[in-house]
Amino acid sequence: MAGLMSRAAMVIKAKFSKLLDRAEDPGETLDYSYERQLQLLQNVKRGVADVVTAKKRLQLQSDKLEQSLVKLDTQARQALAAGREDLARAALERKAAAQAQLQDLDRQLQGLEEQQQKLVSSERQLSAKVEAFRTQKETIKAQYSAAEAQVRIGEAATGIGEQMADTGLAIQRAKDKTESMQARAGAIDELVESGALEDFTSDQTQLDRELAQVASQGQVDSELEKMKAELDAGEKQKELGS
Amino acid sequence: MIVRLMGGGGQFKVDDSLLDRLNELDEQAVAALERNDEEELDARLDEMADLVQSNGEPLPENDLAPSDVVIPPSDLTLEETRRLLSDDGLIPDLPAAG
Repeated sequence: MAGLMSRAAMVIKAKFSKLLDRAEDPGETLDYSYERQLQLLQNVKRGVADVVTAKKRLQLQSDKLEQSLVKLDTQARQALAAGREDLARAALERKAAAQAQLQDLDRQLQGLEEQQQKLVSSERQLSAKVEAFRTQKETIKAQYSAAEAQVRIGEAATGIGEQMADTGLAIQRAKDKTESMQARAGAIDELVESGALEDFTSDQTQLDRELAQVASQGQVDSELEKMKAELDAGEKQKELGS
Repeated sequence: MIVRLMGGGGQFKVDDSLLDRLNELDEQAVAALERNDEEELDARLDEMADLVQSNGEPLPENDLAPSDVVIPPSDLTLEETRRLLSDDGLIPDLPAAG
C-alpha cells in the first residue's frame, strides 16, 4: 500500500473528477459544480442543526439525572434519620447507578460537541471556498477561451472538490453519530416503558413510596402519642374534678 | 507543499523539508494499520497532524489550491480508515444538484 497521505489524496481526487467529466461545455461544468457546492453547504448546515438537536436531548436527560442525584441523596438521609438503613442503602445504590449513567451521557455529549465543532469548521471552510469559486467562475466565463477555461476550471474545481469530499465525510460521520445516539436513547425509553429498567427520573419510585410510608407511619405514631397524651390529661382532670 | 488535515483541520503550506519526517511517520502508520494496531495508528496520525500544524502556515480558507497530500483523521476506526483509503471508500457521494 502506498502511504496513507498520498493514498487519501488520490482517493479524494478520483471521487471528485467524476463530477467534472459530466459536462462538455466549460461554463456548464462550472455552473453544475457550483450548484452541488450550494447543495452541500445546505447539507452541512442541516447537519449542524441535527447535532444541536441531539445535544439538547442528551442535555435534558443529563439535567434530569442531576436532579435525581440530589433527590436520591436527600432520600438516603431521610431514610437513615428514620432508622431505615435498608432504604438508605437502596437509595445510595440507585444514586451510584444514576451517576454511572450520567458519566456515560457526559461522554456522549462530549463526542457530539466534537462532531459539531468539526462540522462548523468544515462549513466555514466550504463557505469561504464556495464564495471564492463563484467569483472565479464569473471571471473564467468572461475572460478565457474555451481551452484555457478548461484548465482553470480543473484547478479551481479540484481545490474545492477536496473540501467538498472532506465536508461530505464530516456530515456523514455526524449523521452516523447522531443516529446511533438517538437509537440508543430510544432503546432506553423502551426499556423504561417495559419496566425492565427503573426510571430514576420518574416522579414516584418504589423508594419514594416506601419513604412516604415511613413518613406517614411517623406521623401516625406522633398523632397517636399526642392523642394518648390528651386522653391522659383528660383522665387526670376527671380525677381531680371528682 | 500543501497538506490537508482531514476532519475540518483545513489546509497548510509546509516546507518540503518536512516531507521526510512525515513520510517516516506515514510508514509507521501504514505498518500499524496492517497489524490492526489502532492506538499506534491514531498516535502516528496525531503526530503527523501536530507536525503540520506547528510547522506549517495555514492556507486562507478561500484558497482553492488542491493539496499534495491528505492526512486522514485519527478518530476513525481501523475499518473506517481502510474504507477511506479504498476506491469506493468512506467518502459519501456528493449531493446531486437541484
